Amino acid sequence: MNPFTYARAHSPAEAAAAAMQSPGARFIAGGTNLLDLMKLGIETPTHLIDVNGLALDKIEATPQGGLRIGALVRNTDLAADARVRRDYSVLSRALLAGASGQLRNRATTAGNLLQRTRCPYFYDTNQQCNKRNPGSGCAAIGGISRQHAVIGSSTACIATHPSDMAVAMRVLDASVETVQPNGARRVIPIADFHKLPGNTPHIETVLERGELITAVTLPAPLGGTHVYRKVRDRASYAFALISVAAIVQRDGTGRVALGGVAHKPWRVEAADAEMAHGPTAVTQRLLDGATPTTDNEFKLQLVRRTLAAVMMQEKGAKS
Amino acid sequence: MEEFSDIKLSRREFVMVGAASVSAVAVPAGAATPTTQRTPASMTPVAANVSFVVNGQPRSLQLDTRTTLLDALREHLHLTGTKKGCDHGQCGACTVIVDGRRINACLTLAVMHEGAKVTTVEGLGTPTRMHPMQVAFVKHDGYQCGYCTPGQICSAVAVLDEIRAGIPSHVSPDLNARPHASPGEIRERMSGNICRCGAYSNILEAITEVAGSQS
Repeated sequence: MNPFTYARAHSPAEAAAAAMQSPGARFIAGGTNLLDLMKLGIETPTHLIDVNGLALDKIEATPQGGLRIGALVRNTDLAADARVRRDYSVLSRALLAGASGQLRNRATTAGNLLQRTRCPYFYDTNQQCNKRNPGSGCAAIGGISRQHAVIGSSTACIATHPSDMAVAMRVLDASVETVQPNGARRVIPIADFHKLPGNTPHIETVLERGELITAVTLPAPLGGTHVYRKVRDRASYAFALISVAAIVQRDGTGRVALGGVAHKPWRVEAADAEMAHGPTAVTQRLLDGATPTTDNEFKLQLVRRTLAAVMMQEKGAKS
Repeated sequence: MEEFSDIKLSRREFVMVGAASVSAVAVPAGAATPTTQRTPASMTPVAANVSFVVNGQPRSLQLDTRTTLLDALREHLHLTGTKKGCDHGQCGACTVIVDGRRINACLTLAVMHEGAKVTTVEGLGTPTRMHPMQVAFVKHDGYQCGYCTPGQICSAVAVLDEIRAGIPSHVSPDLNARPHASPGEIRERMSGNICRCGAYSNILEAITEVAGSQS
């Protein structure tokens, strides 16, 4: 690990301004992803700004009837919050499906959104990776790609976004609140927050240099049945092959988002309109234009079958 | 206060240096710079002060900012009960309890824990006054080689606290009902602690016994 200087931030605006001043700076909160990558020489910050002391650890009701989740709310606390369990259970379920108890106790809401891919070629510094070393090529393309993206990928990158939480936030239409180095604040819809890889897979979000996430807001509860179904190689403590986050209403309408299939949480609003027509129709819309590899084309059928299981689970719950 | 330069070469580090792969721990003594000094883009180690309470004892350290909580406990405070397995948050051998919560000590920097209360396996009990979880692990043979055991025990103690606090898990059938220390719940909640010897069934029996005696 390269040496770095370390400072504790005292306000969000101060932290953002400090990050702007120091080109090699990174914010650190839980550190569960950043420190791992620093040990491997994939992240090489020269200055760490510890944001843990900022008062961003509350979950508050919004005037619109939703919730504002502070950027530093730990994954354990968000999953266990009584309002989240009752009104946004897809989010509780997604959080509890991810990582381990120890990691959820440290990992934060903002940090979870900013998790980097678990592509093994990104993690292996001996391999070509356009995300780690722009312009070097992608060893995953033509490599072992069972875990990789099936849609929205590019000739530069086929990595997936690893978060479960972000998939639930996408189906809930959450918004990301930030403060910029000049003190200005902005609100970014979760749909626009993560980017597809294109020719710049190293740019993963629309955040600008120094910009700090302060909160994630959820709109008023949508009702319906909330389901998060994750399919993985182990029953616990593994990243998703695919996951389905769904909210199904009593009349069969609803909305759905997928994890493990793309560079960002994957949702196609037009597919929501197919909910009443069954899992095959929804999957066709969701994965229209998919470009799987021979290693991961099984994910297309896995999505359809998992979605079918989710929709049957909802029917069973109603009867 | 323990000095930043007070780093002794262990046998393992000596072997690493001998193999010409100089570890980050083996920085030259006296290379420490004051906390306030900025050395961006430099390979010069940076020192910082941190004070926390470990197993009830206040400790103050001057550390390379890169020092994880795990290395601070093992290499600087010589509390070697906490083990380094993967050093990447995958195995759980380094699990300690910080401010009442179990975390992976390998994936957090020591300097991030100013003022924290840290409990390691040494703080749970002693050979003559063992914690009930330690007693149960011995009784049920909840280990073979023992390397993962301190992490398993710290994790298990915290798991029962989490269940008592009503924190749900992936296998809780109803998110809004109080969870119980069922075998399924314990297995899921302990999934971040790997045991290569495969003592899982005995670990489960040990935790189940302690859960039963507490309920």
